[in-house]
Parts: sequence; C-alpha cells; structure tokens
Amino acid sequence: MNIIECVRLTRYAFCMRWIRHITTCFAVLAVTATPSFANEIGDADKGEAVFRECSSCHSVGQGAKNRVGPHLNSLFGRRAAAIEGFNYSNGLTRMGKDGLVWDFDLLDRYVENPKAFASDTRMAYKGLKDAQQRADLLAFLRRYSDDPSNIPEAAPTAAGTDHSVDAAILAIQGDPEYGEYLSSECVSCHQLDGDYDGIPGIIGWPVEDFVVAMHAYKDKFRPHPVMQMMAGRLSNEEIAALAAYFEAAGS
Amino acid sequence: MKLNRRLFMGGAAAGAAVATLSAPMAHASTNGKPRVVVIGGGAGGATAARYIAKDSNGEIDVTLVEPTRSYYTCFFSNLYMAGFRELGSIAHSYGKLASEFGVNVVHDWAVGIDREARTVTLAGGATLPYDRLILSPGIDFVDGAVEGWDVTQQNKMPHAYKAGSQSELLKAQIEAMPEGGTFAMVAPPNPFRCPPGPYERISMVAHILKEKNPTAKIIIADPKEKFSKMALFQEGWGRHYDGMIDWIGPDFGGGNVSVNPDTMTLTIDGEETKVDVCNVIPAMKAGRICEIAGITDGNWAPVNPHTMQSRVDENIHVLGDASHQGDMPKSGFAANSQAKVAAMAVRSALTGSKLFPAKFTNTCWSLIDADDGVKVGASYEATDEKIAKVDGFISQTGEDSALRKATYEESIGWYAGITSDMFG
Repeated sequence: MNIIECVRLTRYAFCMRWIRHITTCFAVLAVTATPSFANEIGDADKGEAVFRECSSCHSVGQGAKNRVGPHLNSLFGRRAAAIEGFNYSNGLTRMGKDGLVWDFDLLDRYVENPKAFASDTRMAYKGLKDAQQRADLLAFLRRYSDDPSNIPEAAPTAAGTDHSVDAAILAIQGDPEYGEYLSSECVSCHQLDGDYDGIPGIIGWPVEDFVVAMHAYKDKFRPHPVMQMMAGRLSNEEIAALAAYFEAAGS
Repeated sequence: MKLNRRLFMGGAAAGAAVATLSAPMAHASTNGKPRVVVIGGGAGGATAARYIAKDSNGEIDVTLVEPTRSYYTCFFSNLYMAGFRELGSIAHSYGKLASEFGVNVVHDWAVGIDREARTVTLAGGATLPYDRLILSPGIDFVDGAVEGWDVTQQNKMPHAYKAGSQSELLKAQIEAMPEGGTFAMVAPPNPFRCPPGPYERISMVAHILKEKNPTAKIIIADPKEKFSKMALFQEGWGRHYDGMIDWIGPDFGGGNVSVNPDTMTLTIDGEETKVDVCNVIPAMKAGRICEIAGITDGNWAPVNPHTMQSRVDENIHVLGDASHQGDMPKSGFAANSQAKVAAMAVRSALTGSKLFPAKFTNTCWSLIDADDGVKVGASYEATDEKIAKVDGFISQTGEDSALRKATYEESIGWYAGITSDMFG
C-alpha cells in the first residue's frame, strides 16, 4: 500500500497518523501488502511477523515474562490489567475492575488505537490501522491462549473498530466558560485537585485525549455505566467545552 | 403564617421567564452589593454558598446560616456505624468557605422569614436582609408519624437520620445489644431522605452483628411494598447475612406499627415484640423553616425546575430534601446538583451572568458488606412541570466481587469529591 491508496481507503486524519507511523511500520509493511479491511479470520503466520513490532516490549509463548509490557499468554478471556505485580495504567486497571475481559473485538479496538481505548495507557504504541494486520496479529496471539474459542471462527467484521473521533469533532473549539458550568456535574465525583481516590482525576488532560475518551463513553465503547450516561447526554460542543475547561484547569 | 400561594412561572411561561431573569434585578443593600442568604449548610446549602461566592468574584455578598460548627454528612454515616469510617472522617468545618471563598458563616438558627421585607431573623436576634434567599434545611419529622414516638424519645429510640450524636448513639446501642438480642427498624414511607439509606443501614447493622453477635436478629417494619435497590439488597442479605434479617412489608402489617420507648416494645399489626434497639425513622417533611416561610404545599416546597425557585416566591430558592421537584430522589448528590443550577440562576439574576440550561445528575452508592458496593443513578433535565428523568442505570444482581469492590472504591472517591465540592 502506498500513501495514495491510504488516502483513498481511509480518512485524512488516519493518514496523517499513518505518515507519522510509517517509519516504525516499515518492516511490517514489507511483509503484509494486504487490503485495509479484514473480512475473515487472520493468518497466524503473518501475524507472527506483525508481532515482531510488539516484541520489543511484550513476550508470548513458553517462559514468557513481563517486560516493559505484560506477557501475552492466555490473553483471550483474561480480565484487563489482571497480571499481578504488573504496573498497569489507572485506566486499564479500572476497566478490569469494571469487568472488561479481553476478547477478539476489544483487543482489535485496543490495538487499533490504544489511546482512544484507554487514554492513559502506558503502552507507547500509536496503533495499527490495518484491520487485516490486526486480524493476523490476533490470530497469532490466539495460539497462546487456553481457550481459543474466544476468537470467533467466522469473520470478525470491521464494524465498531473504527472508533477514532471524526476530525470535524476534534476541531470544535470548546467554550471554556460553558465548560466550567458543565464541569460542576463532573466535580461531584472527580476531585478538582486531581487526586485519584477510587475515581480518576481529569484535570489537565490534553483536549484531544479528553474528547476521544468522552466520545468512547458516549458511543458505549468504554465500559462504565455512570460515564456512559454522563457522556451520552453531552453534545459534541459540550464535550469540547469540557475538554477546553479541564485542560486549562490543569495549568 | 397563613399561606398565600401565588404559583408563578407555571406552564409554558416558564421558559420565557427564565430568559428574562438574566437581566440584573434592582437590589437594595447597605454596601451596594447584592446579598444572598443561604439557610442550611449541607450538600445543597454549602455547595450553593460556595459556588455563588466563588463564581461571582466578590460581586455578591453570601451569608450562610448553619447552627452546627461541625457538619456530619448523613451519607457515609451508616459506614461509620459499621466501623468502615471514623466519625471524624464524616465531619466537616466551614472554615474554608469563610477563609478561601469569603462566605460569611453565621452559626445560628433561622427562626423567621419576612418575605415582604426580604429579611431573615435569627434565634440570636439578628436580622439579615437578602435579595435572594436559598433554603436548604433538609428534613424534619412529621409529628405523630409513628405512634408512641416523638423527638423526646430519640435517645431511647434513635432515628440517626440526621448524622452526628444520633449516629454515635445508635452505634453504641447496637454494640451493647445482649447476645442473641433483637434490632428493630421502623422504616419511613415515601418520600424520604436517601431512599436506600435504611436498607444500607440494615446491611451495616448486620455486618456488625455478624462479627460481634451472630445469633442476634434484625426486624424491619416497612410500610412500602418496594424499596430502592430492593433486589440488590435482598440478594446481598441472603448472601452475607442469611437468616438474620426479617423484612416485614405492608402485606404483613409493616405499615401498622406503634412503639413504646419505656418498655422497649414494637407492635406490628397488633403483635407486640420486645426489642433491644429500636431505630425509628419517621415520615419526613421539609425542614420547618420552609413552613415558617409559607412556601410549602403539603410536606414539601414546590420549585420551578429551571432555577429551583419556589413556586410561591421567586426570591426564594429551595434545594435538596426540602424541595418538591419531580423525579430526583432526596439525596446529598441531588442537593449538590440542584445547588449548582440554583447558584447559576441566582448569579444570573443578580449580576447578569450567563444562564445555561439546567442539568441534574444523581448517583447513590450503598454498601451491603465489606467491599460489596452497589449503585443506582440517573440524569435529569428541567421541564416546566418537573425535574424529569432522562436516563439511568443500576447495579445488577449477580455481579462479581471485583466489580462490587470497584463500586465501593468509587463511592469513596465520590465522597472525597463531593465533600470538597461542598466545603472547598
């Protein structure tokens, strides 16, 4: 695939990320010149090649240990942030407590855009946009899970995997004064001093992270009933206003 | 005071009326600043005082009238009784409201309101003029609601529904129960403060007894067919305290109750039972100052949902438990949420600041046993008729222990969040 195909097949915002991403992906691209949309279960052998990029931080297979990232044995069906002693981000830890269990669909979304899934994730990986490559990667990882039935045998579709927030939404300039009013609903639970005390601090988040996170709740992509309800009633403009307010509140 | 009800801002006129409120109103005061007096320093009043003072940047004089120097939150007072919290951890001072936000905190009782002159009289004799008055007095008990009980009996049969010394008393009585003794609760009829509160309390009492007095029994006489989070509590009682708790609903006479504090007996549907501790939670009404102000209709004070203004007097806003507003439960969270809407409306009326559409939220967490937390919540909007529920959620039966623990931890975070939102 070249950049022009990328522009044709995906949205502009994706492509800019793709361009930033392309140097790190180069080795992967060399072995997987496949179309961008996966309609069937991936090829585990190809996935092994995709995994090379992950292997600088993660190990899988016999004797795999936690390294920069947690080991990936028995990943399917494992609760998020479940490996004891590994220092997960607060976000993933909470998702695990909220009942998130890794399955094909959730892993596919996470690998596609880790920050959209858990904005404070410690996984310093920009995401893998190519659905076929993700399918291949997950097919490979499935070999190391106890219960591979967690991967559907039928084709996983790309539906719901494209969670990135539309560029037009990200471009909305929020009104911080309106955000301050709206924020009064947030601070009944989230402490303004940023303390993490059972409920995460939300002060000083970059606008984009905040907007992506709120839309992920609004679209019921992140699991948490209170946040899904709160985000669900906010308009795009209101989310932008809150993002503008909370970013400024941290400075 | 005779009630002279002028229902204002009813029906379709409310929207237009809200818009005109954003023009500053004429006001008279000694130092040229508009004055707001807030009566009651709980989740509604403390929040309203803080937000008005904070957001008006000194343009509005805010006085908070609250008799107690140290405020004990009703929320989490059940957790104190079970030993999950220290009493000190649910006590809060008003010092920061004064020192950081410039609120004039007056520790006194408001005993009179002259709506024509727009003044509040205090028990100590002072008179406070206001341009806007915010009433957030919480609840009082309906006289004669439980036969045989009145406030003079509250040491023998505590209500513990206003936190502080009553909470300490009830805790001490539970801990002093004889082996195999009986704890009884007379539960209140709707509507009342904190709908899951009595049932969380039962859970916490059972938690203590299971540890210290496992053959003891718990009886609840309840006039209601159903109660908040009923399925969750009943599942939890079965799981943690099997056989200890006997809930007697109205079908079995739970609504036909009298007590005798001298003989420590509880009579349910004619059948007398000797009990060791009797927690009487009578029917409730708005804090009495609302009656004194002449703004109640029945037991509660009706409000305009857009601004929390009294339907009777547009210069008075009523918050929290005392208000009759629609679908929101009477909870600290709800009062805190309503306070922010009222604070915005008051600022807008007095200084011309922006008025945004009212939004309300509520979440109530309850603890069933250690690390077994559940929650229920909803979001609301203002219609001309009432505060109307938009969307909601509730914990499910059968949730795993990790999720329940996370829910409990979330409630601890919420407590820290809301109390700093109230008191700074």
